[in-house]
Amino acid sequence: MLTFDTVTCVRGGRALFEGLSFTLEQGGGALVTGPNGIGKSSLIRLAAGLLAPAAGRIAGDTPRALLTDQVSLDEELRLARALAFWARLDGAGGNIAAALDALALSDLADIPVRLLSTGQRRRAAIARVIASGAPLWLLDEPANGLDTTALGLLETAIAAHRASGGAVLMASHTPITLPGAIAIDLAQRLPQLEPAI
Amino acid sequence: MSSALVHLIARDLRRAWIGGGALLPVAFFLLVAILFPFAIGPDAKLLARVGGGVLWAAALLAALIPIERLVAPDMASGVIDQLLTRGQAAATIAFAKLVAHWLAFAPPILLAAVPAAALLDLSTETLVRVEIGLLIGTPGLAALALATGALVAGLRGAGAIAGLLLLPLAVPLLIFGAGSLDGGVGALKLLAAVSLVLVAGAPFVAGAAIRAGLD
Repeated sequence: MLTFDTVTCVRGGRALFEGLSFTLEQGGGALVTGPNGIGKSSLIRLAAGLLAPAAGRIAGDTPRALLTDQVSLDEELRLARALAFWARLDGAGGNIAAALDALALSDLADIPVRLLSTGQRRRAAIARVIASGAPLWLLDEPANGLDTTALGLLETAIAAHRASGGAVLMASHTPITLPGAIAIDLAQRLPQLEPAI
Repeated sequence: MSSALVHLIARDLRRAWIGGGALLPVAFFLLVAILFPFAIGPDAKLLARVGGGVLWAAALLAALIPIERLVAPDMASGVIDQLLTRGQAAATIAFAKLVAHWLAFAPPILLAAVPAAALLDLSTETLVRVEIGLLIGTPGLAALALATGALVAGLRGAGAIAGLLLLPLAVPLLIFGAGSLDGGVGALKLLAAVSLVLVAGAPFVAGAAIRAGLD
């Protein structure tokens, strides 16, 4: 579904990681870890096609759903309608009720997005990913702002997605279970530095 | 047109009207038309002579107003990221924004030109020429506004820089638009040519600017 072949990522003239290779199969998961600023979000953006690798190749043409720290829903719209914009674009208009239900947001469907709390906005963004129906989920710090109940709902949703043949690439610095996932520790992949003299 | 494109245009059009956003350029346009007689004096003959050009300059200035709302909010809220991840080309996104912007910007200006012409004591004949010119020229103005909006998205003081970028590029539109007031068809053809070039080029310029803004 997604293949990284010796990918090097350079941001602002600085190499973040070098020679990263992994393959994500149907039903697979990959968990990207490492301290702040090491390139987790950049890796997700590379996978989304928003950044181009400085070297190496990224292959895979399945539709992707991207979760970043932005909710990307129109603030003035009611939640269900804001989600419907993306679902219609994805040709998946029927998925919204189920997606809202999966994140326990059904009661908030008629609330304008701008009135949602931090955790609710996060759950709304996850619902947007679920509603897209895309086989490959790219999740950047999905657990940010979630309480333990919501974290459980997220893990359930991810497990259901993988059970139905989807794949998940997730970057997280907080513990989150992703059974049988490929572990990508970017701290181990720092570019070789020239020895200081 | 693909349904995704229509969907994007409909969203941008809806957002353009939020909080009366699309009315601001019109209010500005009318304000300029009202201020001119105060500055020049109540000489009806003089006003009628310069009035057509005044309306063109007013339209140009009004085009500056919405620039900061065209691209920057969608860059900041991650909507552009979402669209690109879904495989929409940056130029397609920009084209949808161009169409939506023209639909929100041009018809109100064309309507507002009627009372503005009355304020400046323009003849019906001149008004018709202004309207035809604006109809042909506003797509070009909208294209310039979009390309500039994409180029300055994310910059501090974007509005001022946008004005400095857009106004010189809009000079050809102003020259041929005001030139068409004499009744010649030649100026209208040149106006249409400039407008067409801007409309054809702007989505690609804006798309490249959006792409460049990702890194």
